[in-house]
Amino acid sequence: MAQELQIVVCAGIVPDPLQTLEPVTGPNGPGLKNEIVLPAVLDPWAACALYEAAQLVAKNPGSKLWLVSLGPKAKLQQVMMTVGQKAAFELVPVDGPIGGFPDAHSTAAALAEAIAALPGLDRERLLLFGGWESATRGAGVTLQLVGERLGISDQFQGVDQITLRDDGSFEVLERVEGGRHQVSVCAGTPAVLGWATGNLAEPRNNPQTGMANMRGIMPALQKAKAVTLAANGLRYVSVNLPKQQRETRIEKNMTADEIARELVEWIGAE
Amino acid sequence: METILVLTHVDETGSALTKASLEAVSAGVELAKQHTAKLTIGVLGAASAEAATVAASAVAATGARLLAISGEGFAQPRYATDAAGCEALCRAAQASIVLAPGSSRFVRVAAGVAHRLGGFLDTHITSLSSNDGVDATRWFYRQRVEATISREARPWFLLLDAGTHAAFEGESGAAQVEAVAVTLPAARTTVEGLRSPMRDAQTIRPNARLLFVAGAGWTKKQPDGQIHVAEAGELILAFLRLSGASLGSSKSLADQKAEGPGEEQSVLPFLTHMNQIGQTGATPRHAKGLSTCCHGEEPHVVGWRFIGERRAISLDPNCGWTRGKADVVYVADAFQVMAKVNSLLEARSS
Ligand SMILES: Cc1cc2nc3c(=O)[nH]c(=O)nc-3n(C[C@H](O)[C@H](O)[C@H](O)COP(=O)(O)OP(=O)(O)OC[C@H]3O[C@@H](n4cnc5c(N)ncnc54)[C@H](O)[C@@H]3O)c2cc1C
Repeated sequence: MAQELQIVVCAGIVPDPLQTLEPVTGPNGPGLKNEIVLPAVLDPWAACALYEAAQLVAKNPGSKLWLVSLGPKAKLQQVMMTVGQKAAFELVPVDGPIGGFPDAHSTAAALAEAIAALPGLDRERLLLFGGWESATRGAGVTLQLVGERLGISDQFQGVDQITLRDDGSFEVLERVEGGRHQVSVCAGTPAVLGWATGNLAEPRNNPQTGMANMRGIMPALQKAKAVTLAANGLRYVSVNLPKQQRETRIEKNMTADEIARELVEWIGAE
Repeated sequence: METILVLTHVDETGSALTKASLEAVSAGVELAKQHTAKLTIGVLGAASAEAATVAASAVAATGARLLAISGEGFAQPRYATDAAGCEALCRAAQASIVLAPGSSRFVRVAAGVAHRLGGFLDTHITSLSSNDGVDATRWFYRQRVEATISREARPWFLLLDAGTHAAFEGESGAAQVEAVAVTLPAARTTVEGLRSPMRDAQTIRPNARLLFVAGAGWTKKQPDGQIHVAEAGELILAFLRLSGASLGSSKSLADQKAEGPGEEQSVLPFLTHMNQIGQTGATPRHAKGLSTCCHGEEPHVVGWRFIGERRAISLDPNCGWTRGKADVVYVADAFQVMAKVNSLLEARSS
């Protein structure tokens, strides 16, 4: 039975993982060299959350999907050109700093405020989605704090699957230690789900979806609220790119037998 | 002056602390010593006060004040109950610094608890050091940038990565445990249990010394122009059985689906995204790592940050591993090498 869902996905933007990163310290603390011009993508685990949300919305007519994203307006616009072709959503941009170094507690406060102010959102029906960790700060803190600020006390992290049931309850699979899932059943919304990879491949670009989205995205970006994020006493003592280079021995002429013997010796006894 | 609380929880037996909890206890004992601070240890998750006392006996030798929240409602990991339990332990301990293991159980609730206490949380802490205050080290950008941070605001919650501290070992003794009372919140979530995606073999073994990574090359056309997926699967599973290694995968391999009727199944049926190592996968800790049929691209190798010795077998003499990412690269056919490795291991074990 279809349910009218209200899903808010929180997703930031991050440097494309194939880019070289170099930390620098500026007047406002640490950042990445040329961060603002590095090609950016939607944060990968949060992107999984967006695709899962879009599929749930598509399967449940009458549902609604918002994408809340905090980052510099111009950068958000670039990323949305592609992301907007992958899923239909209403963008709620929050104009703020980029990167992993601002404090998660401040980021969460700004996101929670933006969500609480969404016109037409019924908080009792809210499914708050995002990635279980970002590719920048990688802390797994923000989404949980947003949930806590919105008073949601059914929260799940490392989610790979949600299965909706006719009575409004749903089953969630969360990653736990040792490559297993914890299986829980939640009586119903509201709930927070921090997604891991999920089960969906990245959707193909659909120019029609892109055009429809863009009609809302551009005006939303124009009136995006600007925020500054307080440091909350967080101080960076040092920020370094550690030396990663190893002296690699490259063996091109060893036989399979020789390699196997060397490896077995190296592996040693378990 | 700091006061330190270490939050711990019981394992699946219900009456013993997890290894990661004991690691956090070690970190707490050390930090308390450096700051001549009062140490409290809180135990969450036992179904009864008796079970909590048994669990706490493993850390009685710390001499710390011991607190516990127990009861059937707290026995299962769940946000509403765990957050209420941890909040009550924190309020009872009145600590300025709260250390806890970065287990899935605490990762789910720690930020919420910090917020309720008016505090701040930092996670994935790999080391702590003391001066006038406390400095903590963690990684940013998926293990690519390392930073040392400090906070003036208190309470400061720090979740420690597993494997970064030795587990506390001390004479287990009679523990004087104070039960902390808390009203069980209405739980709308029922935990039904654990499910393993692999019916036959559990391939992820966090405690193994060796990580064995399989890359997409295992399923690609080989020099004879054919693909040998079934053989690849057999070689990999045999190696895992004989070596006790944990199985990791590249994204390209984990993403591949089998063709035909079992379309939703991975091309290697014992592999899931939970095996994936890297940018959008895991960053496990093992003493050694062996990569096979994997190109060693940066988004994969960031997941090897905490792997000690690294070796790779690849047909490509210019693969990423050769560029300073591994200690040894064998330019060779992994099918041939792993078949020989397996027969040597087989011979050794018999
Ligand atoms: C946003 C984003 C996130 C990503 N996250 C991750 C991540 O978390 N983890 C990850 O792994 N990747 C990730 N990637 C992908 C990454 O960039 C690479 O595409 C991927 O790691 C390649 O996988 P591979 O090396 O197994 O496959 P390939 O690049 O196809 O390499 C296969 C290798 O196998 C070798 N080979 C073939 N046959 C044999 C044989 N018989 N013996 C020996 N060697 C053989 C080949 O020479 C080749 O070097 C990410 C990419 C992006 C854009």
